[in-house]
Amino acid sequence: MSRLAEIFRSRELLYFLTWRDVKIRYKQTLLGAAWAVLQPLITMVVFTIFFGRLANIPTGGMPGPIFYYLALLPWTFFASGITNAGNSLITNTDLLTKVYFPRAILPSSTILAGLVDLAIASALLGVLLPWYGVTPDMEAFAWPLAILVLVVLTLGAGMLIAAVNVMYRDVKYALPFAVQLMLFVSPVIYPTENIAEKYRWLMLMNPLSGIIETSRSAIVPGRAIDWGHFGISAGIAGLVFLVGSAYFYRVQRRFADLV
Amino acid sequence: MANVSKEYRIGASQGEGMLRDALVGGAKRLLGRGTARAQHDTVWALKGVDLEIAKDEVVGVIGRNGSGKTTLLKLLSKITYPTSGEIDVRGRVASLVEVGTGFHNELSGRDNIYLNGSILGLKRREIEEHFDAIVEYSGVGAFLDTPIKRYSTGMRLRLGFAVAAHLFPDVLLVDEVLAVGDAEFQAKCLATLSEVGRRGHAVLFVSHNLEAIESICSRTIWIDRGALRMDGPSREVIAAYLKETAQANTAIVDLSGAEGRPGTGEARFSAMQFLARDGQPLDVIRTADEVTVRFQFEAFEAIQSPYIGLSIFTEFGTIVTHPNTFSAGFELSKIEPGKHTVDLHVDRLPLMPGRYPLTLWMNRHSDSESIDWLEQCATLTVHSPGSSVFERSLPRRTGAVLLDAEWRLVEP
Repeated sequence: MSRLAEIFRSRELLYFLTWRDVKIRYKQTLLGAAWAVLQPLITMVVFTIFFGRLANIPTGGMPGPIFYYLALLPWTFFASGITNAGNSLITNTDLLTKVYFPRAILPSSTILAGLVDLAIASALLGVLLPWYGVTPDMEAFAWPLAILVLVVLTLGAGMLIAAVNVMYRDVKYALPFAVQLMLFVSPVIYPTENIAEKYRWLMLMNPLSGIIETSRSAIVPGRAIDWGHFGISAGIAGLVFLVGSAYFYRVQRRFADLV
Repeated sequence: MANVSKEYRIGASQGEGMLRDALVGGAKRLLGRGTARAQHDTVWALKGVDLEIAKDEVVGVIGRNGSGKTTLLKLLSKITYPTSGEIDVRGRVASLVEVGTGFHNELSGRDNIYLNGSILGLKRREIEEHFDAIVEYSGVGAFLDTPIKRYSTGMRLRLGFAVAAHLFPDVLLVDEVLAVGDAEFQAKCLATLSEVGRRGHAVLFVSHNLEAIESICSRTIWIDRGALRMDGPSREVIAAYLKETAQANTAIVDLSGAEGRPGTGEARFSAMQFLARDGQPLDVIRTADEVTVRFQFEAFEAIQSPYIGLSIFTEFGTIVTHPNTFSAGFELSKIEPGKHTVDLHVDRLPLMPGRYPLTLWMNRHSDSESIDWLEQCATLTVHSPGSSVFERSLPRRTGAVLLDAEWRLVEP
């Protein structure tokens, strides 16, 4: 509890570091914040052409672009979130070794900055959904819930990676590689139901699967949310957060000496 | 601080660790082979330090490079944690290990004031409240909306210190911020620091600039190889520190073994001493001190009317002054064989802080040949007098001579 209180007392620093991340991310770029939309949008187009049209991978009965975009929103957040949070300590060495503040602020601020990108990218749904004639029903309330679980998962994993990264720079090389692999073991380019029944449990182990599927089911009507699947993912995400933050706090006293 | 120690591992395993080492170590442990943990070389950055600082004290911290000064500040500011011992700091701590921590090049001066302020622990409301004062103090007003990557080093420095000057912490820790910047900037920083102390906040000030420490700190602690060597009034601690380090003056210069001395050799200087009024050797000589220079020489035969003199040079080789018995009309008449001592008494040493090579000689005026000649045989190191002579700190280039003079305003 005292940890939360300490972070709450430093909320203005959290705000300023987030604001810094957002502000400098698209500095000296022509398109600015449009990049937050362009990245998932272009990926969506590429996926639609290659996986949808050419490889004919089923899209769970929904329009391909909607199918991919609703998965790419949480996926992009997760991928950039763990990368940025994982590097947040070693890219802010000067802060770590020169000033005291609750260390968890650094990974947290990168996650919050990612949330701003997610919000901008989500705004495109306002155009995409009507375009493809998708009208969300009551289940849409579950979408923010899925995003909440996503944030908890990404923050937990990010803190764990950040702490390990301070001690072992191997992480720097392993992380981009791991993120790439994660894309294929998560139901971004294929629906979960396409996995053979006997391997389904493996997919359940990946908390991103429940988040991504819920992101789709919540928005697209006629596709019921698999609450059991989502519940398992939420549970695993919570566990990742507990382990990640516990480890982070256990080793954080040594950060300034090791970084 | 009670019995605080801090140990660092040295060698490759510190910092850039490899996962491989950890995996191999773990495997060894599992197999029950090898020691649980590889032996590492360790170094104690601080060992058994006890320290108590009151809330309105301005304390200087001195010591050689690597003695543990910065570690002390890092421990107090919770950047790093002690290996053993207890630290209890009451109130808000701000550490100024560097000016402009967290400045981001792409952001404007205005944005960086907010960012840096909040990193140093200021609330947004406090930054807004002092914003105008910070801008004015920094003097970069016209460039407030320019990204600071376009700023000069001096401007960044001023902006960074301007933010720091408007922190109102209960405890302010300052590390060598004065090592950079021009004389004007340094003077401004020093004035601000002593002002912070006067407002009733505790200040811990690490610096190699002993003059600065003496002018603003009443108390100084000396850290030597991780241990608290001395703690007391600044003047005393600094004098003891100077005495030990190479910067100290050699109070007793043994000249008996000096080589390459021209002259007839009828007499030889054996020693030169710098003495205080009470006859004790003077290890630390300051501008305007009372000093007695004692010359000891041995005559090997009777010498008729020798003269002795001392030439004081600047480090650039310019002669500053040249006191000698001939000009002074001080006759030594006939010197018998044996040991002799002559004193040169200086009431108020008119030398500014600096190093002065000395040349010592003995001549006979009747012929130009010298009896003994010791070219630059010693160096007189003069230290800053602190606040006893000058109202304010000296500029960096002090010149060589202290002019006994006073300023007067003549009404028209």
